[in-house]
Amino acid sequence: MTDRLLPTDESAARHLAKRHAAERRFRSYGASAVGAALVVLVALLGSILWRGLPAFTSHEVRLEIHFDADLLDPRGSGDLEVLGRGDYGRLVKLALRAKFDQVTGRRERRALSALVSSGAAFELRERVLAEPGLVGTTRLFFLPLSDDADLFFKGGVDVSTREADRRLSDAQISWLRVLEAEGRIESRISRRFFISGDSREPELAGIRGALVGSLWTLLITLLLSFPTGVAAAIYMEEFAPKNRLTDFIEVNINNLAAVPSIVFGLLGLAVLLNFFGMPRSAPLVGGTVLALMTLPTVIITSRSAIRAVPPSVREAALGIGASSLQVVSHHVLPLALPGILTGTIIGMARALGETAPLLMIGMVAFIVDVPSGPTSPATVLPVQIFLWADAPERAFLAKTSAAILVLLAFLVAMNLVAVLLRNRFERRW
Amino acid sequence: MEDITPDTSRSPIYLTKITTRDLNVYYGEKQALFSVNLEIHENQVTSLIGPSGCGKSTFLRCLNRMNDVIDICRVEGKVTLDGEDIYRAAVDPVQLRARIGMVFQKPNPFPKSIYDNVAYGPKIHGLAASPAELDEIVTTSLERAGLFEEVKDRLDESGTSLSGGQQQRLCIARAIAVEPDVILMDEPCSALDPIATATIEELMEELRENYTIVIVTHSMQQAARVSQRTAFFHLGIVVEEGETAQIFTDPKDPRTRDYITGRFG
Ligand SMILES: Nc1ncnc2c1ncn2[C@@H]1O[C@H](COP(=O)(O)OP(=O)(O)OP(=O)(O)O)[C@@H](O)[C@H]1O
Ligand SMILES: [Mg+2]
Repeated sequence: MTDRLLPTDESAARHLAKRHAAERRFRSYGASAVGAALVVLVALLGSILWRGLPAFTSHEVRLEIHFDADLLDPRGSGDLEVLGRGDYGRLVKLALRAKFDQVTGRRERRALSALVSSGAAFELRERVLAEPGLVGTTRLFFLPLSDDADLFFKGGVDVSTREADRRLSDAQISWLRVLEAEGRIESRISRRFFISGDSREPELAGIRGALVGSLWTLLITLLLSFPTGVAAAIYMEEFAPKNRLTDFIEVNINNLAAVPSIVFGLLGLAVLLNFFGMPRSAPLVGGTVLALMTLPTVIITSRSAIRAVPPSVREAALGIGASSLQVVSHHVLPLALPGILTGTIIGMARALGETAPLLMIGMVAFIVDVPSGPTSPATVLPVQIFLWADAPERAFLAKTSAAILVLLAFLVAMNLVAVLLRNRFERRW
Repeated sequence: MEDITPDTSRSPIYLTKITTRDLNVYYGEKQALFSVNLEIHENQVTSLIGPSGCGKSTFLRCLNRMNDVIDICRVEGKVTLDGEDIYRAAVDPVQLRARIGMVFQKPNPFPKSIYDNVAYGPKIHGLAASPAELDEIVTTSLERAGLFEEVKDRLDESGTSLSGGQQQRLCIARAIAVEPDVILMDEPCSALDPIATATIEELMEELRENYTIVIVTHSMQQAARVSQRTAFFHLGIVVEEGETAQIFTDPKDPRTRDYITGRFG
């Protein structure tokens, strides 16, 4: 009795073995490709996390600050304008000198004051303006250390190198050690990173300005590209006659999707800024340029989502006397919405990560203030990353990675919204 | 052919509901219908038979102007409903389709709840003054389509979750919910099993008291069972039309005879 499910002779068996081997090979190629991609991804995220996380904390020093009335408000007027002009940097210096009274020389004293960030003076000023009663009292305050001192406590300074090769002198290091031994140094989660704008001082620089800039820019992009793109897609799929002109338009939309983004920046520069005289560096202009860039993506994905709605649904609606517009708004659009939203979010994610066209319209400027609206000067997350990556101070390295983390979190949040919306609207037929 | 026993006891008094005069239809250069003259009688079932591709669906779609949405389709000639030309410029196809409902070959419920499927037509045509009235319309439509008993406890479930036969009856309920005068059915039973088919055939017999029905079918038995009149289409022309009994027992044209006896090549 022969078993007909098994190979009959040797050549058939060999053939079968070869086929199995080919299949195993193919599977292992696939698995190793996925594995390699995963390793790269983990390495990338890991290194960014490793470098970026320190930027979310910063070291601060606890000092007794004496709000000397003679320095701040000699006449005792209590006038906020007078208080605002006070020399708060001097308060910090005096507090440090009181701590280290053996330090006398001009250069030593300057080195000592350099341990505390210049931002400390601004913080004290804010405090006094908020609470003028502080004048004349002595209080304990946590003040931000300078970027170099902060880096020292984060282990970023190699004390074994020659003194001339370091940014901290031996004396400065010994003072920092004294402060640490007294328990005056503390590592704190730095809210400053999330609440302040850009700064030349790494320890003061924050992501808020770029984050808000990105939000405004994306809002403009969404408001312009989503309705326009969906309307164009609906018109082209459901209403437009099929002729030479619409074919031509279709080809050109597909071409536009492939145009390098910097070209849209040039367009923004030439038309929006130079011709229409819109403000430079503004989210309004940046958002418009990115909307132009996103529009083809939105149109193309919306069209394919609309086309994927089964024609039987349209016929059914037409058959009981729905008008074309009712067919679209009651049946086609709700069914196509998940696809349209996915396409829009993909387009928005691309817009969020875009730098090149924004450079052309001046969104690369150094902007300290958090933008207050779509027309105030702003920068965006990727440009901020670019600017910090380019800065010479070592502490900006961590800031760069931290900004990348914020950008990635933003992207993940956007994708999450897309998934949620899709599940919310998804219907089966 | 025992089961082809048409009902000949019907009274000969009738009114003409739809008339076509010299109807020519073109898809681009290609002509699909050639000078079709046909009368559809009120409160009767008219069946359209003929080999595949002979233009039955095309003809049906001319009657409610569904061909308007096909870009390349051109219709010439005259179609009248109660004596009015439906291709006049003044006629709004949307209004027309509310009076001439359609049931398609493949059941195509909306991916919405059973209730919304039936309620959609009355809603867009403003037939219900209140939610209670709308409920009433939905219930009676489902009852008339013979589906109510099966779905009354799950009106908020998706229409697509029903079986094929139930879906087709849902589509019929949806069509009659807008109170049309005429119901066009394009092979409504082609996807159904014999039991579901029998349900729908019974339904047609009941519906014809209030409606005029035109049905496309590939089943000679079905045509003989449900219809009073039959038209045989072949290559875009109406070869023969008349009383179903006469067409099936005494066809005049040899092509008709060959087709209904299954000897058609
Ligand atoms: N949308 C269309 N575009 C171009 N030609 C079409 C279109 N619809 C139908 N036709 C052509 O018109 C002719 C008649 O088609 P129709 O669908 O009316 O046939 P039918 O009798 O319904 O066939 P079946 O029994 O297979 O459904 C066919 O030759 C077909 O190729
Ligand atoms: Mg057909």
